[in-house]
Amino acid sequence: MASYSTNEFRGGLKVLLDGDPCIILENEFVKPGKGQAFNRVKLRNLMTNRQWERTFKSGESLEAADVVDLEMEYLYTDGEFWHFMKTDGSFEQYPADAKAVGDALKWLKEQDVYTVTLYNGAPLTVTPPNFVELEVVDTDPGMKGDTAQGGSKPATLSTGAVVNVPLFITIGEVLKVDTRSGEYVSRVKSS
Amino acid sequence: MTATTPWQPATSLPALESRARQLAWVRGFFAQRGVMEVETPVLGRCGVTDINIDSIPACPRAVAAGFSKAWLQTSPEYHMKRLLASGSGPIYQVARVFRDGEYGRRHNPEFSLLEWYRPGFTDSDLMAEVSELVCGWLGCEAPTTMLYRDVFCRFAGVDPFLASDGELSALCEKWMEPAQLEAFTRDEYLDLLMSCQVEPALAEAGPVFVTGYPESQAALARVSEQDGLRQAHRFELYVQGVELCNGYWELTDREEQQRRFAADNQARVAAGKPEMPVDQALLAALQAGIPDCAGVALGLDRLLMLKLGLDDLSGVIAFPADRA
Repeated sequence: MASYSTNEFRGGLKVLLDGDPCIILENEFVKPGKGQAFNRVKLRNLMTNRQWERTFKSGESLEAADVVDLEMEYLYTDGEFWHFMKTDGSFEQYPADAKAVGDALKWLKEQDVYTVTLYNGAPLTVTPPNFVELEVVDTDPGMKGDTAQGGSKPATLSTGAVVNVPLFITIGEVLKVDTRSGEYVSRVKSS
Repeated sequence: MTATTPWQPATSLPALESRARQLAWVRGFFAQRGVMEVETPVLGRCGVTDINIDSIPACPRAVAAGFSKAWLQTSPEYHMKRLLASGSGPIYQVARVFRDGEYGRRHNPEFSLLEWYRPGFTDSDLMAEVSELVCGWLGCEAPTTMLYRDVFCRFAGVDPFLASDGELSALCEKWMEPAQLEAFTRDEYLDLLMSCQVEPALAEAGPVFVTGYPESQAALARVSEQDGLRQAHRFELYVQGVELCNGYWELTDREEQQRRFAADNQARVAAGKPEMPVDQALLAALQAGIPDCAGVALGLDRLLMLKLGLDDLSGVIAFPADRA
């Protein structure tokens, strides 16, 4: 496996640290004029999602992690695994376990496309797109005359996710939701 | 080359104008004081032996001049000392210098260095002049002066002269793993603490000169005993935690200089770095005799960064390394 020296460190690079795959977030070069140079590096451990700060003597190197992000279509779940398929026409499928699916579970809709991060060829994490469009399956009845200014109520979406929506939203409507904040964005005009 | 290659400068036009004003101001400062501007080679026969400064090699084909392997200069120091030895009197230079592998918010592998030498000055005389130049331009308060020993005691809670290697290593574990620290030299412990603990603390302390470096970090400064400890007549100025300059009451002893070059090269070999050719011309100039003097090198890009209230050199260098 390849390795990267500190002077190749940059945001987005995937490396192995203490045996875990990590993504480099920031790399700061510090050096007293006449002294030894160091790199102060912020990384996110892709296994635990924890952020790490580690310092390296400039010139030290870390092994590259075999981590790739691929676009994949969500197919179905058998209860134990959630099955995804590559969108490159190869029909290659990958089963992701509950740990890999994580919080993406509440945004999973069949035939939608997600980013699946593979580590050594197996799904490590599943990331939903920033925005998803989902149907409302349950919410209190709307009240006439309510406007966007008028407060909010919970609505349950087809995936089971519960989001706060304006009072005028009714069952059967399709909503655009921001998966990063879990917030309602807008109604989607039915086509 | 694609349409998306950024061709524009990283800086704003006002920043370029400030750079031009800064340069004019510096030249006026030295003209007033009768210090002569000089130019020396950017491409030289020798690089430096400093263990932590890597020269960028070049391969010119000026074989007729006996010149087939050369180095981009990391500072104009050696050539300027040869001018001093030949009787130049006080001199300054605005030089482009190069240091391999140095790139970050406060580093660019090519940068502008203002370097000057004052025959007859001691380190404290020159600190006063640095203070006039820097404070005159930045409009900041005059720097205080603290010993290297005191900044460590105060901001890192450790005596850099008397603490054991084990004590220093234990403190460094705040940033690095014991396995990484195992092969560290004493100066590497100190440099880590300087960069990660002391410098950030100095950012809150107002402009401050740090002086009295350990003998192992004397570089080209003379050393004397103060408070029973061997301390180098070396000073650095920190403004808002930014290391702005490095000055010495210069070593003029040829033998001592030769010993330090040899020690540097030994340390380079121990660290797995290539040995560097020793600049015989500088040794010959020291042999001929350079006047008692103090000299200092000041980073003009960082000075401009402070002037403009920025915290990244890319705001003051038109084409930093990523778009040079």
